[in-house]
Amino acid sequence: MIKLQHVSKTFRVGKNRIEALKDVSLEVHKGEIFGVIGFSGAGKSTLIRCVNLLERPTSGQVVVDGENVLQLNKTRLRLLRRKIGMIFQGYNLLETANVYENVATPLKLEGVPKEEIKARTEKYLEIVGLSDRKNAFPSQLSGGQKQRVAIARALAHEPEVLLSDEATSALDPNTTDAILELLLKVNKELGITIFLITHELNVIQRICDRVAVMENGRVVEQGTVVDVFTQPQQPMTRRFISTESKFQIPETVKSDLLKSGRLVKLTFIGESSKDPVLATLAKQYDVLPSIIAGGIDQLKDQSVGRLLVHLKGDEAKVGTAIDFLHDQDVLVEEVKN
Amino acid sequence: MADFINEWGSAIWEGFIQTTQMTLISLAFSILIGLPLGVLLVLTRKGGQWESVPAFTIVNSLINVIRSIPFIILLFFLLPFTKALVGTTIGVRGVIVPLVVACAPYIARLLETAMLEVSKGVIEAYQSMGISTPKIIWHVIIREARSSIILGLTIAIIGLIGETAMAGFVGAGGLGDLAYQFGYVRFQPDVMYAVIIILIVIVQIIQSIGNVIARKLKKN
Repeated sequence: MIKLQHVSKTFRVGKNRIEALKDVSLEVHKGEIFGVIGFSGAGKSTLIRCVNLLERPTSGQVVVDGENVLQLNKTRLRLLRRKIGMIFQGYNLLETANVYENVATPLKLEGVPKEEIKARTEKYLEIVGLSDRKNAFPSQLSGGQKQRVAIARALAHEPEVLLSDEATSALDPNTTDAILELLLKVNKELGITIFLITHELNVIQRICDRVAVMENGRVVEQGTVVDVFTQPQQPMTRRFISTESKFQIPETVKSDLLKSGRLVKLTFIGESSKDPVLATLAKQYDVLPSIIAGGIDQLKDQSVGRLLVHLKGDEAKVGTAIDFLHDQDVLVEEVKN
Repeated sequence: MADFINEWGSAIWEGFIQTTQMTLISLAFSILIGLPLGVLLVLTRKGGQWESVPAFTIVNSLINVIRSIPFIILLFFLLPFTKALVGTTIGVRGVIVPLVVACAPYIARLLETAMLEVSKGVIEAYQSMGISTPKIIWHVIIREARSSIILGLTIAIIGLIGETAMAGFVGAGGLGDLAYQFGYVRFQPDVMYAVIIILIVIVQIIQSIGNVIARKLKKN
C-alpha cells in the first residue's frame, strides 16, 4: 500500500545541513496497522509527511497504492492526497466552524454533491460517536472529542490509508485508549490501512501489527510487534521497551541474588504460558526457582508474560535446567552483572 | 443651541456626508487592493505556499516606503499621479486616490498580521486533504482570520477618517475641513467643538460595531 524506498531528506538551516531521514525503506501492507516508534527528533514526523508529500524527500522513492508519488503533477497529487487521510497531534480543526462544518467543509471544497456531503458527514460523525455534538465548536470540546472530529474529517474522504502523526500524544491515558479503540475499529470495520508514528510504546503494543524503530533518521529495526517486543535486537529498541517493562531491580538486590544462584528473564508468548515449566524445573532438575518479579503485557492479539526467576541449586543442575528452558517455547535471557 | 443648529446644521451635515463618502469609497478600493497584497505577503514569505524571496521583498518594501510618507505629504506628492488617473486633483474624486494609496498598504499589513495568526497546522491539514491553495486562502486562512481582519479594518476605517481631515487642502470638504476652516482659521471654536464631538461619537460607534462583529465571528 505504501512503499518507501531509500528515502532521504536533508534540511538546510542557515549553513547547516540536517539529515532528518537517512536511507529509510519500509513497506506498509494493505489492511494492516503499521507503527513507527522513536524518541522525538528521530525523524518520524518527517517520514510520515513524506508519504503525502507535505515534505518532499531529497532522494528515494515513495509509492502509494501503486503510484509513484514523486512523479505526480500538482493535480494528480491533489487527487491522490484525497485517498490518504491524515490526523495530527494538534487536531488542526477550523476554530470558526462547528463539528458538522469541520467534517463537511473539505468535502464541499472538493466538489462532492450536497446530498452526499450530508450523508457522509452524518455517517462518520456517528462512527466516531459525536452525532450529538454536531453544533458544538472546537473550543467547547475536549482533546479526545477534537481528535474524533479530526478522524471523522479524515474518514469522510473515504480514504484507503490513514496517516496518524502522534494523534494520541497530547491526550491523557484514558482518552488515548478510547482513540486507539476507535482506530482499531476504523482498521477492522472499514478496512482502512493505518500508518502511524508515535513515541508511546503503549500505542504500538495496543494496536499495531508491525513496527519500525527509528533512531537518528534511520530505521534500526523492524518486524512484527510480537517479535520486536519480545526479542529486541538493537540497544535503542531495548531502551524503548525497557522504559516500559523491564523489571527495575535495585543493583544491591541483584548482586545478592547472583551470589546465591543465577537469574533468568523468561518471556512467554501466547499459548506457551500454559505448561508449568517452573514446576518441572523444581521436580525434574532439582533446582529451586523463585519468582522475583513478573508481569503480563497485552499486545494487539497476543499476551506476553514475563518472569524474572532466580535459580538456586547445584551449578551443573542449574545449567541443565537453563538448557531445558531453552528447549521450551520460552524466551530465556540470562541476567548478569 | 437652536441658533447654532440653524446656522451650522446644514454645513455639518454636508461635511458628514463628504467624510462618509470619502471614507467608504477609499475603504472599498483599499480593501480591493490591500487584501490581495496581504495574501501575497503571507504566501510569498519564507515557508509560505508560494515562497518567493524577490516577490516578498518587493511587496514588503513598497508597503514600507508608502507607509513611511506622512499622508499630508503623500497628498501633494501624488498630485500628478492623481491628475493622470482620475483627471482631477480636487474635490472628493481628487482625494480618493491619495487616500487609497495611503490606506491600501496599511490594510495589507493589518490583514497580513491577522492571517499569520492562523495556525499552520490547519492549513497543512487542508493541504493534506488535497485542497487547492486558492480555496485554502479563502475557506481556511481568511475564514479563520476573519475576526482579526474585522478588528484590523476597524482600525483602518478610523485611520481613514483622520486622514480625510486633510482632504480640505484639495477642496474635498468633510468634517475635518469644516473644523479647520471655521474653528481654527476663522476662530469659531464652537464649530470645532461640535465637529470633535461628532467625530468622537462616530469613532466610538465604529469601534463598537467592529468589536461586536469580531466577537460574533470568533465563535469561541
